[in-house]
Amino acid sequence: MSSARASARLWQALACVAAAAWLFPYAWMVATSFKTLPEILADPTALRPRALDLGAYREAMSAMPVGRYMAITAVMAAAIAVAQIALALPAGYALAKVRFVGRRFAFGVVLACLLVPAQATFVPVFLFFAKVHMVSTMTALVLPFAASALGTLLIRQALMSVPDEIIEAARIDGASELTLVYRVLAPMLKPTLVSLLLVSFVFHYNDYFWPLVMTTDDTVRTLPLGVALLREQGTGMRWHIVMAGNVILSIPVLALFAVAQKHLMRAIRG
Amino acid sequence: MIPRSRVHPWVMLAPTLVLLVAFFIIPIGVAAFESFFAWDLLTPPRYVGLANYRAIAAHGWLFGVVLRTLAYSVLVVSGTTALGLSLALLVDRPGRLFVFVRASIFSAYVVSWVAVALLWMALLDDAEGVVPRTLRGVGLGRVSLLGDPRAALPTLAAVGVWKLTGYSMIVFLSGLQSVPPSLHEAAALDGAGPWGRFLHVTLPALGPTAAFVATTTLVTSFQAFDIVRLVTQGGPARATQLFVYAIYEQIFLDLRVGRASALTVVFFVLLFALALLQLRVLRVSGRSS
Repeated sequence: MSSARASARLWQALACVAAAAWLFPYAWMVATSFKTLPEILADPTALRPRALDLGAYREAMSAMPVGRYMAITAVMAAAIAVAQIALALPAGYALAKVRFVGRRFAFGVVLACLLVPAQATFVPVFLFFAKVHMVSTMTALVLPFAASALGTLLIRQALMSVPDEIIEAARIDGASELTLVYRVLAPMLKPTLVSLLLVSFVFHYNDYFWPLVMTTDDTVRTLPLGVALLREQGTGMRWHIVMAGNVILSIPVLALFAVAQKHLMRAIRG
Repeated sequence: MIPRSRVHPWVMLAPTLVLLVAFFIIPIGVAAFESFFAWDLLTPPRYVGLANYRAIAAHGWLFGVVLRTLAYSVLVVSGTTALGLSLALLVDRPGRLFVFVRASIFSAYVVSWVAVALLWMALLDDAEGVVPRTLRGVGLGRVSLLGDPRAALPTLAAVGVWKLTGYSMIVFLSGLQSVPPSLHEAAALDGAGPWGRFLHVTLPALGPTAAFVATTTLVTSFQAFDIVRLVTQGGPARATQLFVYAIYEQIFLDLRVGRASALTVVFFVLLFALALLQLRVLRVSGRSS
């Protein structure tokens, strides 16, 4: 009895140590963002700021237009997430529930695109957008991701388990194919769609690579790029300013994670 | 299966197929085409045959890039798989504490690579960073973690492990939950202790999950870019010049479209090989999805 309790204590202690390895860096990040420059110079490792000094946040916000970058990032990520679902629903439906010549071929094309990450396409895609003078536009950020091979395949898979009778019944009721896809089938896939939407939004909100290679100026600069630039600009010790930027960048996704943990984790488990 | 449909299926597929082909299939062809030209984005392109491929292969440069990228990936894969499995076993218990620990570890997977890279850059800073200071405090740490060519790549991989372990932990947790309890009961009846049950029931049952975690992480790590661009810019002395960063350097810093395209083609071929390996591993280990 007591040995069982002792081992339970041991597991709890070990779990706390493990959590500390992840929580300590965050704690340091938040603490540093509330420090002043003399404080950092005196002891950069201290976990408790002397007072909640907002100077680093003021400096970060004067060094970059946080509101504008945040809005651009949110619009871009939301546009991609919504477009992916809107396009994947009819495509997934056609692949799952309609019999036609060339279906295997279409399925193969979508499957093949799973193998090609943006890191293998950015050189030619950049050359293309440069040719049509569309580098540093919202289009260059959104359009290449408006269709998602993974999203299409996941929706197809989810639709395979929807009984054909439901589709037949909707048709007898006179539903058009679009009504059928968006009004009848989409609500049935709600958990899948919510997970897809969240994962896609978070991924593109966080993304550094694509906005970096597709923009050459400030017109559609996203927040991750702006925060990364905080470190590259200026001289001297700026860790408190960079950490303030880090906090601003991370809080929306962490809040989203706290609210929608179940959906995100389910999407990861597949 | 419904035979008739008022809208032709190709119409419903068209937006997806057009975009996917335009942005994922055609670019590979364009890269292959551009790889036969020398082009600096300013003067007209010039046909050079295989010169770009010869140039990137010269003096073992390409080989070095591939080797470094593989080394980084192998470090990240082994680290996240081992740590993710251990942590999954640790937190696979009831109670609010364990739910909280799980969420803490997983949160690093949710935040941006930018935040993670900048945070660890500060923590690993030679002069002020918490990690070197602590190491010096216990008599270690003569080595500059990001400044020493031998230490930089493992250091970046360690940050990668910190970022991605939450993912593998969650996948292992769902793997653990799919081990049928009856197997444990049967083993216990046969007299197996906790350690024996772990070795002979849990571990074999997790084989497919481990194969899945390892191969997916391998493919993602092979595409690592953000951390290199943000933390080391490929340095010191090219020690962290990973594949995607090498492509980025060729086109945006050196304005060599042809060489960047040739590298892209090689990168795609390697990714394709990794995907085939993944498919094979998953099929052998019996996880179809």
